Amino acid sequence: MKVKAIFVLGESCRSAAMAIRANLFRAFLTALGIIIGVASVVTVVSLIQGFRLAIERQFQGLGSNSLTVSAYTPPMDELKGLRAKLSQDDVADLRAQIAGVEAITPTLESVQETRYRGRTHSTFVRGTTPAYLEVNATQVDGGRFLVPQDLKTRNNVAVIGVKLAEKLNLPADPLGTHFQIAGEWFKIVGVLEKKGESFGFSMDDYVIIPYPKATILQNEMGAPDISVQISITDNLALTPMKQQIANLLRRNHGLKEGEPDDFRIETQEEITATFGELMNGITLVIGGVVAISLLVGGIGIMNIMLVSVTERTREIGVRKALGAKRNHILLQFLTEAVLISFVAGALGLLIGMGVSQAVAGAIPQLASAYTPPWAAVLAFGFSVGTGIVFGILPAMKAAALDPIEALQYE
Amino acid sequence: MIHLEQITKTYRMGDNVVHALRGLDLSIAQGEFIAIIGSSGSGKSTLMNILGCLCPPSSGVYRLRDRAVEHLSEDQLAEIRNREIGFVFQNFHLLARTTALDNVMLPLIYAGVPYGERERRARLALTRVGLGERIDHLPNQLSGGQRQRVAIARALVTEPTLILADEPTGNLDSKTTEEIMALFDELHEAGNTLILVTHEPEIAERTRRVIRIGDGQVVSDTRNPARQVTEVPA
Ligand SMILES: Nc1ncnc2c1ncn2[C@@H]1O[C@H](COP(=O)(O)OP(=O)(O)OP(=O)(O)O)[C@@H](O)[C@H]1O
Ligand SMILES: [Mg+2]
Repeated sequence: MKVKAIFVLGESCRSAAMAIRANLFRAFLTALGIIIGVASVVTVVSLIQGFRLAIERQFQGLGSNSLTVSAYTPPMDELKGLRAKLSQDDVADLRAQIAGVEAITPTLESVQETRYRGRTHSTFVRGTTPAYLEVNATQVDGGRFLVPQDLKTRNNVAVIGVKLAEKLNLPADPLGTHFQIAGEWFKIVGVLEKKGESFGFSMDDYVIIPYPKATILQNEMGAPDISVQISITDNLALTPMKQQIANLLRRNHGLKEGEPDDFRIETQEEITATFGELMNGITLVIGGVVAISLLVGGIGIMNIMLVSVTERTREIGVRKALGAKRNHILLQFLTEAVLISFVAGALGLLIGMGVSQAVAGAIPQLASAYTPPWAAVLAFGFSVGTGIVFGILPAMKAAALDPIEALQYE
Repeated sequence: MIHLEQITKTYRMGDNVVHALRGLDLSIAQGEFIAIIGSSGSGKSTLMNILGCLCPPSSGVYRLRDRAVEHLSEDQLAEIRNREIGFVFQNFHLLARTTALDNVMLPLIYAGVPYGERERRARLALTRVGLGERIDHLPNQLSGGQRQRVAIARALVTEPTLILADEPTGNLDSKTTEEIMALFDELHEAGNTLILVTHEPEIAERTRRVIRIGDGQVVSDTRNPARQVTEVPA
């Protein structure tokens, strides 16, 4: 029984392939709707998912057990010209009073002009401490990172990103080279590991200097805008720790009951998860809209299959006269529809992957495309499903034909 | 081998009722070569369709090799057509854009014969009708006579009990008709049971038994004397 079923299925695939080959152009037209539908779904999903992946990777640069505390000015206050800030005291208190902190580092970032042998380039100058490496789960590629000594002596040392070295045309081995940041001379002691690009922006166009040095550089512009990165020993303690930090900062900032926080405490998971949800939502909406084109493709299949059944009425009559049963004819036409949609789905998938890569390559602001396996399976399954759903009606119509009438059909 | 008793066939078209066959009796033995003649509309094609199990009779008894077939289901009839009957049609009814070989293999698909065996048997049948060289040709690359040979090969390939041909030479010129008739003679010599419908008296004369149908009934049933086939086969 099973052997017979396989035989029948094999034969209907063979005759479906023969029928498609006999009318290749029409099969192609039939498939076109599905090819375009699948290709556009895959393109859109791949681009969005690529974007999402890139952002998530960026966030993963921060250790997964880390918190970021930053100042937050409510929009109303911002209109009044007020700016919330975290102070040096806040940082000191956080370090001293919060339990379960593995590493903590203040970060002070600004854009400054750098100069080397007449070349200038504006870059991010990040003042931080040796703990930065641990909190951000990164490392140096050559030389060394900041050491505690650098903070005490206020040495003018710098650890650079590779893109900055390129922009300033620094020597191939820049260690020991001196260059200027905002007019002050710094000695390069280390090079950070390369992070690559994201949306056309280099992630390696920055320089790290000792935190105290950065506060002096910024002093001209009022109190510095500090953010604090904390990595914790036990991420189960995350929620109570957030509460502790909030209490401490509210006390330090003299906020009364009912007044809103003037800071934000975010975990990496929170940021990543919120973003991921947003991106999946966008994928779903756009993917869904485009999936409608698959439906149109399916109706196209049904339409052409119906025409095909009418056109091949005599063929059906001949097959029946020669001994084809109802199910033979049903299966033959169904297989034909499914085969067309199967090949169309595969083509659409390949085209979609190709187009999304090409689009991502052509527009540097876009992240490189990524086709998640679920999208491939879904698009493929959907197109085969379309073939079955929209192929069944014409196939039933064909199977129900009366042999004599079909033979006499003009 | 074939036994028809009081066969009727009525077609209903709205209020009109057409009695195509009205109580037809007929018996046919193994190995007979029969011509069915009669005026247009007398019911020849209807009789062939019933004999070929393409449609059931409205009433009456039809026994094919001692098996009653008048009440069988659609799929059971399909199986009998596949195993017992070989059809040859006036306008060939070959599948377009399908090679001669694939056309001849077609009935074997529904008989469940595996591919290799199918191809072997189809080649054999095509060789038998004198088309061994043209198996890869498409129908539109063949002449009318050649197409009818392909159709005959397709009818033969299942080694059916009965070969039915409804005006097989109706679309052919006299020379090609002669070739096809020579082929039928051969098949008859080889022991096949053949029934063909024709309008041409010369063709009816070449068979062994001529059945005239009139108004849905057998009006005459004559046997030709056995004659020596002297024509050179094509
Ligand atoms: N499908 C049908 N529906 C209605 N009437 C039909 C049908 N098929 C045949 N008939 C009628 O049945 C009668 C017999 O038709 P049939 O085709 O058997 O004649 P025939 O002897 O083969 O004629 P011809 O020599 O012209 O082929 C005719 O009156 C015809 O109009
Ligand atoms: Mg007729």
